[in-house]
Amino acid sequence: MATTTVGQGDERLKQASMLRRLMGRPELGAVGGAILVLIFFAIVARGTGLFSAMGILNFLEVSAQLGIIAVAAAMLMIGGEFDLSVGSMIGFAGIVIAIPAVEWGWPLWLTILLAFAVALAVGWINGTIVVRTGLPSFIVTLGGLFILRGLTIGLTRLITGRTQIPGLRPLVENDWLAGLFAGKVGYGFMQWLGDLGIIATRPDGVPLASGISMSIIWWLVITVVATWVLLRTRLGNWIFACGGDPNAARNVGVPVARVKIGLFMFTAVAATIFALVQTLSVGSADVLRGQLKEFEAIIAAVIGGCLLTGGYGSAVGATFGALIFGTVQMGIFYTGVNTDWFKVFLGVMMLIAVLFNNYVRRKATEGR
Amino acid sequence: MAEVPLIEVRDVSKHFGTVIALSGVSMTVWPGEVHCLLGDNGAGKSTLIKTLSGVHKPTEGEIRLEGQPIVFESPRDALDRGIATVYQDLAMIPLMSITRNFFMGREKAVTRGSGLFERLDMKRANAIAREEMAKIGIDVRDPTQAVGTLSGGERQCVAIARAVYFGAKVLILDEPTSALGVKQASVVLRYVAQARARNLGVIFITHNVHHAWAVGDAFTVLNRGKTLGTFRKDEITREQLLNMMAGGKELEELSAELAEFARSDGRRQPAAAAVEKEVAEELEEEAQSDERLAEQERRLRREES
Repeated sequence: MATTTVGQGDERLKQASMLRRLMGRPELGAVGGAILVLIFFAIVARGTGLFSAMGILNFLEVSAQLGIIAVAAAMLMIGGEFDLSVGSMIGFAGIVIAIPAVEWGWPLWLTILLAFAVALAVGWINGTIVVRTGLPSFIVTLGGLFILRGLTIGLTRLITGRTQIPGLRPLVENDWLAGLFAGKVGYGFMQWLGDLGIIATRPDGVPLASGISMSIIWWLVITVVATWVLLRTRLGNWIFACGGDPNAARNVGVPVARVKIGLFMFTAVAATIFALVQTLSVGSADVLRGQLKEFEAIIAAVIGGCLLTGGYGSAVGATFGALIFGTVQMGIFYTGVNTDWFKVFLGVMMLIAVLFNNYVRRKATEGR
Repeated sequence: MAEVPLIEVRDVSKHFGTVIALSGVSMTVWPGEVHCLLGDNGAGKSTLIKTLSGVHKPTEGEIRLEGQPIVFESPRDALDRGIATVYQDLAMIPLMSITRNFFMGREKAVTRGSGLFERLDMKRANAIAREEMAKIGIDVRDPTQAVGTLSGGERQCVAIARAVYFGAKVLILDEPTSALGVKQASVVLRYVAQARARNLGVIFITHNVHHAWAVGDAFTVLNRGKTLGTFRKDEITREQLLNMMAGGKELEELSAELAEFARSDGRRQPAAAAVEKEVAEELEEEAQSDERLAEQERRLRREES
């Protein structure tokens, strides 16, 4: 409520509004959760190597891969839609890159561009069906989930007779575009840290963790760009408006259909980046890649403060959601707990996040 | 008053298939005037304003904007020509901040830079939103707070302030007070009067005669798709207006019936007595709120002059 007469009550209420503002941030839960998880494992996983340079880069890489699609999923959720076909898109993009490159000898850069073109088309189709028919995106993209996975398995078997396509690694070496996704950067920086004795080195002086994986760079770049778009651009305002109330948005001239279709295209592109990072660094494509990733991305976005009903959330939140994910997954691995328990943790974590978000949203939107 | 009316509706009819929603409706809105559009449910109020705001195109007749005949292609087209419609429920997005709602669809007004680096100047946007709200007497301490934290009346005011800020010449308010309590409604009514003072034309749709009477200069009554005429405030009394809206007569009959019922029933049944008491209380309450509104109106007139 803010009905006092003009000029009164300002100074007295500043403090309360600071606290409110903090409470009103969607990413609060995820940032808090990430700190808790890091502290927890700092105590429990002491001396296991989780927090060595190698360990940190490991869990960051796991977080990064998920983070790339989680940020895109978060933006789409803010825009009021879901994409359940993300996981299948990862598998599909993998074979779109691998089959022409390995089987038909296409240059890798061309197949990478092809994969992005295919992703844009898939995203456009998903978005157009949802916008045109008004059907829930949940159902439309559930169809996409099965169609893309089926195509991935079917086409791969038809063309290669197998379900795995190895042999990408030698192709990556000499490709100008592949290096953007597969390589590592920061060798000098890691070497410098090693020389200073801050991080562990091999007997020959080369640090164990020799470089920072490109996936981490992509993760950071996408998070920063998405945050900028959401909070500081016209498009960002439109995305919030589309998810908040598409009718009200349309009434003031927001191109709701275009915004939503664009967001679907962005999630498909993010899935392709995920696929590139994974396929090119492992060196092979597999038809089962990316399974269940759509749900992990949504969980990370929800932990990050996105509402399932749209119109609320943040890219930073999704990034921290992914960080919680990666930390716990690797933390469980390093501490030697049976990894079966990871899924239990995931479910519980998501439930807590949803309850917390629900509470925060009520606080944020109801009067005091 | 200016020479040319802001909006002139001439013999407008609108048919939906075989349903005649409007037939031969005419009305004229002048700048600096609050023109109330009254009528019961199904009288055609919504169809008329949707025609004015570019949602529907008239089947027959014409609309003139500042003397020029015009056909609106879309709501956006009407908006760009200075006709802003504030809908009762579709005005605001509760989860978004006041500032973001204020500039929704008009973000260009506060962007800096160009191309890829075009960005919203949130500081300036917040300042403008805060200032515009202050102008109408609502102190928004924090324009980044969600609109959902505002009361219903304040939300309507944000929507109206937004329309005024972006250069609306004609404000169409669709039942802005019908979901509000007396106090909240008076907040909105006060702002309606302020918009008039800025020489805007206001079309105020309502089925609450008391609210209409408090701010209206002219009244057009619709019934079953036809106008029962337009009246200046000095040509008609509130009671006549109420009766004209069809509801008035029925209300009178109802209260007479109830009174009759109470008299004829010698040993008044408790239920009947309760109903009668309730009706009496309601009438008294209404009379009180009328007085309050009338008082406010007098004050507004004084402020204006």
